[in-house]
Amino acid sequence: MKLPNKARAGNRSRRASGLLRHGLTAHGVLCYVFLYLPILVLVAFSFNASRYSGLWRGFTLQWYEALFSNAALGAALRTSLVVALASTAISTVLGTAVALGLERFAFRFRPLMDVLLYLPIIIPDIAMAVMLLLFFVLTRVPLGVGTIVVSHVAFNVSYVALVVRARLAYFDISLEEAAQDLYADEWQTFRRVTLPLLMPGILGGALLAFTLSLDDFVIAFFVSGPGATTLPLRVYSMIKLGVTPEINALSSLMLLASIGLIALSGALSRR
Amino acid sequence: MAQPLRTRRDLLRLLILISPSLLWLVIFFLLPLLLVFAISFGQRGTYGGVQWTPTLANYARLLDPLYLRIFLRTLFIAGTATVLCALIGYPMAFFIATRPARWRNAFLLLLVIPFWTNFLVRMYAWLFLLRDNGPINVLWTEGIHAAVAWLAAAIPAPFWEPLLQATSTPLRLFGTDGAVIVGLVYAWLPDMVLPCYAAVERLDPRLVEAAQDLYATRVRAFLRVVLPLTRSGLITGSVLVFVPCVGAYVTPDLLGGARTVMIGNVIYSQFMMARDYPFGSALSFVLMALMLVATVAYFRLGGEGGRGRG
Repeated sequence: MKLPNKARAGNRSRRASGLLRHGLTAHGVLCYVFLYLPILVLVAFSFNASRYSGLWRGFTLQWYEALFSNAALGAALRTSLVVALASTAISTVLGTAVALGLERFAFRFRPLMDVLLYLPIIIPDIAMAVMLLLFFVLTRVPLGVGTIVVSHVAFNVSYVALVVRARLAYFDISLEEAAQDLYADEWQTFRRVTLPLLMPGILGGALLAFTLSLDDFVIAFFVSGPGATTLPLRVYSMIKLGVTPEINALSSLMLLASIGLIALSGALSRR
Repeated sequence: MAQPLRTRRDLLRLLILISPSLLWLVIFFLLPLLLVFAISFGQRGTYGGVQWTPTLANYARLLDPLYLRIFLRTLFIAGTATVLCALIGYPMAFFIATRPARWRNAFLLLLVIPFWTNFLVRMYAWLFLLRDNGPINVLWTEGIHAAVAWLAAAIPAPFWEPLLQATSTPLRLFGTDGAVIVGLVYAWLPDMVLPCYAAVERLDPRLVEAAQDLYATRVRAFLRVVLPLTRSGLITGSVLVFVPCVGAYVTPDLLGGARTVMIGNVIYSQFMMARDYPFGSALSFVLMALMLVATVAYFRLGGEGGRGRG
């Protein structure tokens, strides 16, 4: 008497598990559609011949041509690259050094230093932007490219340190000891052993810093002043003036650049 | 690996390594932070500067129903976005974890690609989709409208008239709380999925089998075994989503139109338009306190180490 009952229950449970599996697959597919459809639509409409409508009116490359003749955009891109390169260079050196110091030595104020290092990561952008603006205004530092670089370093140091420390956690200290046993001095050990082994972590941190600097809008919005316009600031003012296919074209190129950066970071992490 | 400072030379090494960052963070982070705190007790000068007469007026002003409502609305929008991220992201973590091993990394990569792309561009994509003459509304007022008109001509019935009316005007999508919530979910969904995935991947399937061998129903096995073991991922994800949502500025500014205002937008207007630095500082400080409460609650609830900003 019991057996058929159990068999039926087993049947039902098999059907339920099939349903669950298909439901999960459908959900996963829908999630990826949700993540990519807006981007794909955005890119598709950068080739749309109509200026105002969301209706498709034929293929054109004219919005891309318009971008390349836009001098203000070129200047903004240059400013963004200068800011990103400068802040990445400074924060990579500072962040790597502080990671080494914190991982190598135990000292009484280390937990405090940890907190100071991680706060810029968890604090909301807008709060950080406000703090820095107030600081620059009250100390009468003129706002411009310099203040953007300084502000970007203030959060990028933390990110670089985070990535390099993760790499240092797996560092085999006996390799350094071996170098010193072979009469390498401190500088040679660092230059020939420690630095090459840490390089993937350092490059990963630098790439993250570079991306975050290029991506930042909120902090640059507050501390840039009238003279300095980065690419995100330019994009923002274009959006505020109204939706145009040029912005779609520009967004598509920025997406392409990000994918290039991801490919680069993938190649770096595989080493 | 960390060793105590034994010699003077060690101390010198340590100072060379950490003092540049320490100086930078003290000058360009700690000092500005303390400055905001100090100024939040100051008063707005006649010409927009700061008068250093200590007062609690800025914090008292936060209790004004106008600002209380904005705080509640911010918490509501951030909370809804976090819950939606959990409802969408938690099953998505299971979806990725149950793929064949060689596909899993590809699915994870597809998840983080939007994360590396420019935040403004991602929000613009939604602005473009949702606006009154954007693709969704064109589909609604042209495609669906035409379909309804065709059906109405083919099959006469009284209910076509209201449908024809509804599809002749664009849907109000842009400039609503809903648009802001969609934008926030879109922006922070990967922050929910990744910690959930890490927790799901660690889950030992034998434990679920054991529960079922002991005659636990599917639902019971999920509630008593799977959920408790993956809870830490859900908590970590929720904090990673909630904190940036509370501090959101760009998303409500671009997608919320003039009516949906969050704390971030009020802080912006206090600093850049009203030039009321003390009140803006008080607002920022309350925002940071909210973030701190969320983070402390997170450690209390037993989450794990976090990940970066977007």
